[in-house]
Amino acid sequence: MSLLEIQNVDISYGKNLTVKNCSMSLEKGEICSIVGESGSGKTTVIRAVMGLLPGAGRVSAGNITYDGRDLLKLTPKEWRSLRGHDISMIFQDSGAMMNQTRLIGDSYVEYILTHEDLSKKDAWDKGVEVIERMRLPDGDRIMRSYPFQLSGGQRQRVGIAMGMTYQPKLLLADEPTSALDVTTQAQIVRQFMELRDEYGTSIIIVTHNLGVAAYMGDKIVVMKRGEVVDQGEREYILHQSENPYTKLLLDAVPTLGGKRYV
Amino acid sequence: MDTNKNKFLSNKGFVLFSVLALIVVLIAIFAPALAGGIDPTAGNLADAIMAPDSKHLFGTDKMGRDIYARVLYGARVSLASTFVLVLTVFVIGTALGVISGYFGGWVDTVIMRIADMMIAFPGLVLAIAVAGMLGASMRNAIIAIALVTWPKYARMARSLVLKIRHTDYVYAAIVTGSSTWRMLWKYMLPNTITTLVITAATDIGGMMMELAALSFLGFGAQPPTPEWGSMLNEGRDFMQSAPWLMVYPGLAIFITVVIFNMLGDNLRDILDPREE
Amino acid sequence: MFDEKDLLIDARHVTRRFPTNDGRLLTACDDINLKFYKGKTLGLVGESGCGKSTFMRFLVWLDSPTEGEIFFHGKDITKMKGKELHDNRQHIQMVFQDPTTSFNPKMKIKEIVCEPLLNFNRISPSEVDAKARELLELVELPGDFADRFPHNMSGGQRQRVAIARAIALEPEFIVMDEATSALDVSVQKTVIELITRLQREKNIAIGFICHDLGLIESFAHQVAVMYLGNIVEVMPGEGLSNVCCHPYSKALLDSVFDTKMDFTQKIKSIKGEPPSPLDLPTGCPFHNRCPNCMDRCMKEKPKLVEIAPGHEVACHLFGK
Repeated sequence: MSLLEIQNVDISYGKNLTVKNCSMSLEKGEICSIVGESGSGKTTVIRAVMGLLPGAGRVSAGNITYDGRDLLKLTPKEWRSLRGHDISMIFQDSGAMMNQTRLIGDSYVEYILTHEDLSKKDAWDKGVEVIERMRLPDGDRIMRSYPFQLSGGQRQRVGIAMGMTYQPKLLLADEPTSALDVTTQAQIVRQFMELRDEYGTSIIIVTHNLGVAAYMGDKIVVMKRGEVVDQGEREYILHQSENPYTKLLLDAVPTLGGKRYV
Repeated sequence: MDTNKNKFLSNKGFVLFSVLALIVVLIAIFAPALAGGIDPTAGNLADAIMAPDSKHLFGTDKMGRDIYARVLYGARVSLASTFVLVLTVFVIGTALGVISGYFGGWVDTVIMRIADMMIAFPGLVLAIAVAGMLGASMRNAIIAIALVTWPKYARMARSLVLKIRHTDYVYAAIVTGSSTWRMLWKYMLPNTITTLVITAATDIGGMMMELAALSFLGFGAQPPTPEWGSMLNEGRDFMQSAPWLMVYPGLAIFITVVIFNMLGDNLRDILDPREE
Repeated sequence: MFDEKDLLIDARHVTRRFPTNDGRLLTACDDINLKFYKGKTLGLVGESGCGKSTFMRFLVWLDSPTEGEIFFHGKDITKMKGKELHDNRQHIQMVFQDPTTSFNPKMKIKEIVCEPLLNFNRISPSEVDAKARELLELVELPGDFADRFPHNMSGGQRQRVAIARAIALEPEFIVMDEATSALDVSVQKTVIELITRLQREKNIAIGFICHDLGLIESFAHQVAVMYLGNIVEVMPGEGLSNVCCHPYSKALLDSVFDTKMDFTQKIKSIKGEPPSPLDLPTGCPFHNRCPNCMDRCMKEKPKLVEIAPGHEVACHLFGK
């Protein structure tokens, strides 16, 4: 049984059908990259898995099953115990998710206390430990900082640390490196790969960067205008797929030592 | 353009209060005719403080002048001076605010610090001081209130300009050779106009009150000029014995201010930039 | 590498410092020397905060350097004022990064693209309609877009309008600040093809700010790498992945994810964080993160030295 199964899912905002007949699956310890251009619906899909569709959005058809459980039928209480422990999400700008007027440590402690019954001091120490486990040096200093005192890359890594506190089996990452410099992006990608290698975390990463998608993904899902147009193992998508859109995307991506226009 | 007209005409409040405001303005314009030829400054002491009757619709004041005529002619003084005042602060405040926001640097600092100084004074107190120094007259009352009110418009214009000052399209316009005048006139000013026009419209009522207040205190219109505020002042001693001296000018102020306030309110509902 | 008689813009010892509220100095550009040649593209690459945008803004007179000179046809543009500055704007134009904020939302496309021409009295108001169509056709957009508003168009279409606006005055040099970064990858390709075609046809020099090394390699004749306000390397665009040698440039290269890369290779990342521009280290700006840091690097800042035609590096590992 796959860890996550998305079967024939339709997502609608009010009367507008934004995602049609989306199907994909993820095994334990696997990384799946969802790629597509703007309007492809890739972010919508991942939010639907997490139960975080904004406003009038809802899954109007199909199933999403995690570890055999139907995610569409969960009560808010069941979601609370699932999020953070089993499934976690990382957003494009983790810095904006944190309260800028509070110390990172205070936000983190509050997060821990919603999941566990610990004293504030123990929660703080746990936060420091997780941050350092994610290879961010001087965890205590980070806990004592405000979000704006850290760089974009550091904030993103703190966001990942927080998401990984309870070593969830599934990590959903929505454009986690799009707002970062290339060298920081490399650090974050490396971190994700380590999470999979050390903890067996399954990851779904949504990105418009085909290079990152190809490096990270064991399999790649290509979306266009709300539909899955192509999917398969990395090797297949990069070299064997005859799908015209896949080929168009791959051709458009600049590669080092590739085609020159001048 | 049709949709624009519809926006205004479909708001019943706006139509109603525009019509009422127009009526007030027409009363002011046609005061001589409506007063039936009576001279508002001419009075016979023998006729002083007479209750309203068929000859003097609103009675007479302590100098024997017909209050009905004075209320009608008073509309001219009040409306004209209010419009001059509002127009003055609107133009000066907007201009200084736009310049301050666009150029920044020491220009901004100087203008804003002067504005801060003006705001630090309680409006009426400063107005009295100015009127006291320059002499009491309607013109000086206008100057005095304008001095304390322009900062509000300047600050608003400045913040509206700052919102767009550093956008890419403003930089693009500069890079493509737009003159400073063009930047101010075609880029900065249009971004401020709607909000400032609404502010001015809703301020008409308040400005009218302030001018009346100054006149009431003796720093505005001087006798024998009919002006509602000074008429209130003249009627103070007779509040109990001859209430009509205060009632009619008081009602006139009240009605006119309410009409213009409601007009401004409805204008804001129509033009509300938050919906842009 | 290029003919010196084709030298168009020559920036020398350009430095920009910003005073901060607490009296310290933020150095955004530190002694930059860079040359742009007629009809050629120079890609300026670096990460956020390296000063590339700050520097390019000097070229369009949106800012002035604290020190240094920038020569355009032999005259120092940093000292220009008034009419001379205004007239010279015709020769240097700019395309901005974000197509959603590059245009006045209240202006129609035809007013936007013809604004530069009206500013310099090159056309009369009655010629706006016809000229707008002509410009739109140059950037492969249908003429009847002229009456639309920018928000009724896609990102790629808007960026074409931005290019149309930039070429309206037939400038000799265009600054493009991450002009394709906000676009989808398939759209990016078509816009780059448009830019390179226009460059060939009109012999326009381009200064292209970019963070994507793969992209810049595909169409730049020369690439300059910036780090913490300094130019650390200038090299030919073609085959840069083979010739690049500054440790920071190589780190940038190592960070590129490519659909054709070796997926088994582990990611190498630079250690540490860049130092604050308020507190520039002595010696080489990269020394605290450089795997090859030597004693000399901590004390003496390396100068840009030519190690091959068209290739300069500022690093103690190379040069004399």
